[in-house]
Amino acid sequence: MDRKNQEELPSDLTKEQLLAMYRKMQLIRGFEGTAKKYFEAGEIGGFLHLSVGQEAVPVGTCSALRKDDYITSTHRGHGDVLSKGCEVKRMFAELYGRTDGYCKGKGGSMHIADFSQGIIGANGIVSSGIPIAVGAALSIRMRGTDQVAVSFFGDGATAEGSFHEALNLASLWQVPVIFVCQNNLYALSQPWSHSARDGNLVERAQSYHIPAESVDGMDVIAVYRSVEKAVDRARSGDGPTFIEARTYRFMGHYVGDPGAYMPEEEQEEWRKKDAIAKLRRQLKMWGYLTDKVDEQIATDIEAELQDGIEYARSSVIPEPREALNDVYVHFDYLGRPLKEESNHA
Amino acid sequence: MREITYREALKEALIEEMKRDERVFLLGEDIADPFGSAYKVTLGLSSIFGTDRVIQTPISEQGFTGAAVGAALTGMRPVVEFMYIDFTTMAMEQLVNQAAKIRYMSGGQAKVPVVFRTQGGPGRSSAAQHAQSIEALFHHIPGLLVAMPSSAYDAKGLLKTAIRLDDPVIFIEQKLLYNTKGEVPEEEYTIPFGVADVKRNGTDCTVVATSMTVLKALKAADILAEEGISIEVVDPRTLFPLDIETIVESVKKTSRLLITHEAPERGGFAAEVAAQVANLAFDYLDAPIQRVCAPSVPIPFARNMEDYIMIDESKIADRVRKLIRGDI
Ligand SMILES: Cc1ncc(C[n+]2csc(CCOP(=O)(O)OP(=O)(O)O)c2C)c(N)n1
Ligand SMILES: [Mg+2]
Repeated sequence: MDRKNQEELPSDLTKEQLLAMYRKMQLIRGFEGTAKKYFEAGEIGGFLHLSVGQEAVPVGTCSALRKDDYITSTHRGHGDVLSKGCEVKRMFAELYGRTDGYCKGKGGSMHIADFSQGIIGANGIVSSGIPIAVGAALSIRMRGTDQVAVSFFGDGATAEGSFHEALNLASLWQVPVIFVCQNNLYALSQPWSHSARDGNLVERAQSYHIPAESVDGMDVIAVYRSVEKAVDRARSGDGPTFIEARTYRFMGHYVGDPGAYMPEEEQEEWRKKDAIAKLRRQLKMWGYLTDKVDEQIATDIEAELQDGIEYARSSVIPEPREALNDVYVHFDYLGRPLKEESNHA
Repeated sequence: MREITYREALKEALIEEMKRDERVFLLGEDIADPFGSAYKVTLGLSSIFGTDRVIQTPISEQGFTGAAVGAALTGMRPVVEFMYIDFTTMAMEQLVNQAAKIRYMSGGQAKVPVVFRTQGGPGRSSAAQHAQSIEALFHHIPGLLVAMPSSAYDAKGLLKTAIRLDDPVIFIEQKLLYNTKGEVPEEEYTIPFGVADVKRNGTDCTVVATSMTVLKALKAADILAEEGISIEVVDPRTLFPLDIETIVESVKKTSRLLITHEAPERGGFAAEVAAQVANLAFDYLDAPIQRVCAPSVPIPFARNMEDYIMIDESKIADRVRKLIRGDI
């Protein structure tokens, strides 16, 4: 892609849309920085996989989606679900294991879901969200709506059978699913070259007869445009699309992993491509962002994050016995019929 | 005697067996240096043995499990690592329909000498897909052996045996045990499969415990001892083959049996032990057999909910008191 093109004032995106993308990327980075701080302070438990560096991919993607479209996400899903519409405060409440969290404290960082806005689940199992998204797309077609389903997953997931089976099914069925591979060049400690002999994912997807392209995942506008095209295709009944977004995580696999396997120079090089810095530069160049507004955005986000933490801290701690609920719709965990629900059976 | 961690004990077993037999090799995700596996059991091994024998795989559980089976059928002795027992489900077909059955289906021609090492158990807010105890799934499958060491000593001795056996072994470690220390001799030793270990002698109640719950049962024994109640803690060490004789001998002495594990109660290993003891020692029992197991629910994320479903010494001690009082 030539530089001039990228820097040209976009005619397909308004100032408001671009500023919203910028703000969302900042919010995600702020959210994860804050989560890391309280994780390290011992207030948040479990695992914390940060997507710092990758924000442009989910923000670009979800900017092209509607509220009623579906996404499936991964263990590294904070950015994906925040982009789709999750609120900071309820995310924090979940990370704190509180009743106001999206999953009442039962899921935690890796399992955030909000069915009211199409977030049908982050996932602790690598690749398992991919066929689920294909199923959501099948359901869209069967129900005759014009929704689309997006599956976010990492480069590492492409080595799993689920990935290949899902692509094959989507191709066969021509369902409205968009595969968005966030290729951050690592699957835990393993560089991309250890996952695949030939790192060309576009060709792989094309071999299933799925239209595919690779985009610069450090360029939110490029991601948006690519997904926008895919969404058009999906909504008009032209089937699946595969998008590889090349990106990078600026941190280790999870908080606590020093990332010893990521060469320093490589990290340096990718930090220079930071998508947030890039969009800031562009917005200023286009006259869409002043230093003053930029500072205001930062201040607002800081306040939102601090409020979110306060909300989480003051949210009710679940009753321990709550662990026994939500196993089944019709029965309790011992198999006894639940009154209200079993009437519908 | 020197003390080393459970993790170090496992690593020593791997190193010794890889030196002893060049057919032994490791296969799994992120097991090579510098990362050296999620729980660091294989840290340093790729530097000693090279990446030809410490083979790091892509995230392809079904693929590498099948590959291990294929290599085992043709003269090699793979030791596979599943980062979490939860991920064995990705490879269930190869484990259940292939590894477990090929010897039988081939009329005894084939041997499948593979060890599938993995780790399970709650305790770190790892939530529903990273903290399960699904040993019962494997215990149920004819053709698989299942080991669950609770101490550094058992971990080393059982892993060495597992590697030398010609049958497929599901070898289940526990994430909270890796840092626990125990006495392990410098000299070489192995522990046979199917031999339980009485971790503590007692007279009033037999407590059969596995993996992490052995430690909890031993703590309960200390608490109860102060109240004048003496429990015998039996660790079967291998769920299959099961040393039922040692358990029955103990029950004949104590007349009471409690079985505890971290896995959900329904359809768990405890049910098998209970059924066998009811059959073999019914006349010796003074009270109904008790299970102290997790409620049959997924593992919740929030720490307090996770604590609620986990087995601790007080849950075991409370139930033993009730048993002794005849309060059941
Ligand atoms: C089936 C399965 N195997 C292994 C893991 C352990 N694991 C968690 S994340 C991860 C790496 C995933 O890499 P990638 O798909 O590229 O996503 P990224 O972490 O880079 O976002 C691994 C191996 C898992 N969660 N699920
Ligand atoms: Mg990756």
